[in-house]
Amino acid sequence: MTTPTPQSSPTLLKPIKPVGIVGYGAYVPRFRLPAKEVARVWTGKTSGMPIKEKAVPGLDEDVITMSIEAARNAMMRAQIDPTELRAVWVGSESHPYAVKPTSTLVAEAIGAVPNTQAADWEFACKAGTEALVAALGLVGSGMGHYAMAIGMDTAQGKPGDALEYTAGAGGGAYIVGPAEESLAVINASYSYVTDTPDFWRREYQKYPEHGMRFTGEPAYFKHITEAATHLMEAMGSTAKDYKWAVFHQPNTKFPQRVAGQLGFSAEQIEPGLLVPIIGNTYAGAAMIGLTATLDIAQPGDRILVVSFGSGAGSDAFDITVTDKVTARQSLATKTQEYIKRRTEIDYATYVRFRGKLAMK
Amino acid sequence: MTEVVIAGIGQTEVGEHWEIGLRDLAYAAIHDAIEDAGGLKPQSLFVGNMLAPNLSRQAHVGVLIADYAGLNGIEAVTIEAAGASGGAALRQGYLAIASGFVDVALVVGVEKFTDKVGAAVDEALATASDSDFEAVQGMTPAAQAALLMKRYMHEYEVPADGFSGFALTAHANGVANKNAMFRKAIKAETYAKAEMVSDPLNMFDMAPNADGAAALLLTRRDLLPSSFKNPLVKIAGSGASSDTLALHDRKDTLYFDTAQLSAGRAMKQVGLTLDGIDFFEYHDAFSIYAAIQLEAVGFAIKGKGWKLAADGSIGIKGKIPCATMGGMKARGFPGGAAGVYQAVEAVIQLRGQAEANQIKDAKFGLIQSLGGPASTAVSHILQRLD
Repeated sequence: MTTPTPQSSPTLLKPIKPVGIVGYGAYVPRFRLPAKEVARVWTGKTSGMPIKEKAVPGLDEDVITMSIEAARNAMMRAQIDPTELRAVWVGSESHPYAVKPTSTLVAEAIGAVPNTQAADWEFACKAGTEALVAALGLVGSGMGHYAMAIGMDTAQGKPGDALEYTAGAGGGAYIVGPAEESLAVINASYSYVTDTPDFWRREYQKYPEHGMRFTGEPAYFKHITEAATHLMEAMGSTAKDYKWAVFHQPNTKFPQRVAGQLGFSAEQIEPGLLVPIIGNTYAGAAMIGLTATLDIAQPGDRILVVSFGSGAGSDAFDITVTDKVTARQSLATKTQEYIKRRTEIDYATYVRFRGKLAMK
Repeated sequence: MTEVVIAGIGQTEVGEHWEIGLRDLAYAAIHDAIEDAGGLKPQSLFVGNMLAPNLSRQAHVGVLIADYAGLNGIEAVTIEAAGASGGAALRQGYLAIASGFVDVALVVGVEKFTDKVGAAVDEALATASDSDFEAVQGMTPAAQAALLMKRYMHEYEVPADGFSGFALTAHANGVANKNAMFRKAIKAETYAKAEMVSDPLNMFDMAPNADGAAALLLTRRDLLPSSFKNPLVKIAGSGASSDTLALHDRKDTLYFDTAQLSAGRAMKQVGLTLDGIDFFEYHDAFSIYAAIQLEAVGFAIKGKGWKLAADGSIGIKGKIPCATMGGMKARGFPGGAAGVYQAVEAVIQLRGQAEANQIKDAKFGLIQSLGGPASTAVSHILQRLD
């Protein structure tokens, strides 16, 4: 059941001034925990894993350090003066501090302070894309020339929970600026939001809880298909009009299935489907799926990106790659290069790295 | 005794209806049943439901549904007998018409599992067992069935894939049932590779919990509206029986006395022998239960029920077709609504409207609804009137 596309107000989020992505950057930590290693400890199963392996942050890494890595990569591609950034926004479920922003540290590290907005965003797995929508508004209204939006996570999975197989680490950073300076123009965006309690983590809780099968049909699939359908309907486009598509990816099956439901082929989602090899990077998932896609994109390619955040909502973006992409792709480390930089760890090392052992 | 005919049937798709509540599910089925009956108005409502007080925090379901369906003023009660709630509600409707006290009775089965997820559902289902002696030990219905299955396999030397025929038949029959939860046939390899739920019971030995509602309008033949066009089906026999609540109190855990007694009573009422039964809707919440029911009713001797599934006898074209619209395994297991679904599906067979799943010249169908490991069994024989 699809609700009608709204007619009473403008369906699409489309800024007055055309905007786009002037720079982007990814980051994935080097450690990998195979799903079979989690199964070895908890279930004894050897097949039927939701992914192959997930990325795990090292002892000296968190959302702040990882955001700085991705932000620096984005700056290298954008080749702009950091003082021209009028916003540094970081979306995550894993901000190291409950009170004290991640974004001020990131802004300081890249030299964007003090004449800038800085704030942390929270909307489960779509905190990053929500920050991106806000950046479209800030730049598109003329209030700022450039704005940075980051989605980054070091996701938490309770030991033994289904999420422990997939809760990964990584994300992407984007610098939004005028369309004429962009390597990819963001034609429009559309968001679909409801109160759907499929996944949550309350204050002072270490690990999130989830509604099991409720996280599927009424949450992930409903919001992504609604957001994508309304965006495409308002744009007058179909799946065939896009060269690539990126969907939020909590496991391997969900994005494959939602792509099929919306008429996209396995080839269209292939470059952006990273969950099998880095896990679910939560607020970073759709963001890093897009960095990997932009790494291989050609001028003229059109890309559909749809995130999903529990609670719940989806942000959909219609993007067209410009001829500026080719020169900027190689100005920073590519997503797949980070993924290839791989050190396998066992469950015990993972437990130590992630602070899962209570020492007293 | 007054002859009881089935004037209308209705059912919703069986599945995970996250966004549809108890009352809406029930209303959808009621609406269709009343329309199918040419607009007959009921005086009494009997609702089969098992889990609403637990999973939906809603008791008084009879009135909830009567009120929502715009039937205020009529008699409205909930009948609860665990998984046999639907069959028990049908029997109450049957008795009401047969007694002559009620002209038109509405029987509704409704279950809404998806108001809760995970362990909360297992915990709710376990309340059907003996709470003080079974559930308190962590026993769930699946664990009970697994214990029986293990004993059965040991006693009768059943091979590891001995029960696969039940799932294969159910899934093959579910394909053509547009209201079934699973409409995909499975292969023997799929069964063999399936994940264990509780050894030796695997995922395909167990029916999926699902939401759904089904409804029947019962009346006397002389009250049928002139516009009634469907081939007429009557309830020819009805029987119910109870056994020990706890499994450990049974003399023989591998035989369902209630299945034998309730079916025997219904058959005696009709004057029918097993040869006269054209199909059997058993209660395959677990494949082991289906096997034991086949034995208790008399289609197989003790220890050989599983062979009827293995050799194809329960297929649509077999000697005794079972789960003809997918059964609990493929149509889905809507708890206290399951017994009403069985009746709706039997009416479809007897009216000759089962399309790809039609049993040729079906005249008598036996349906049997179980609560727990047959602590309750309710049996009905439905008959096509020519």
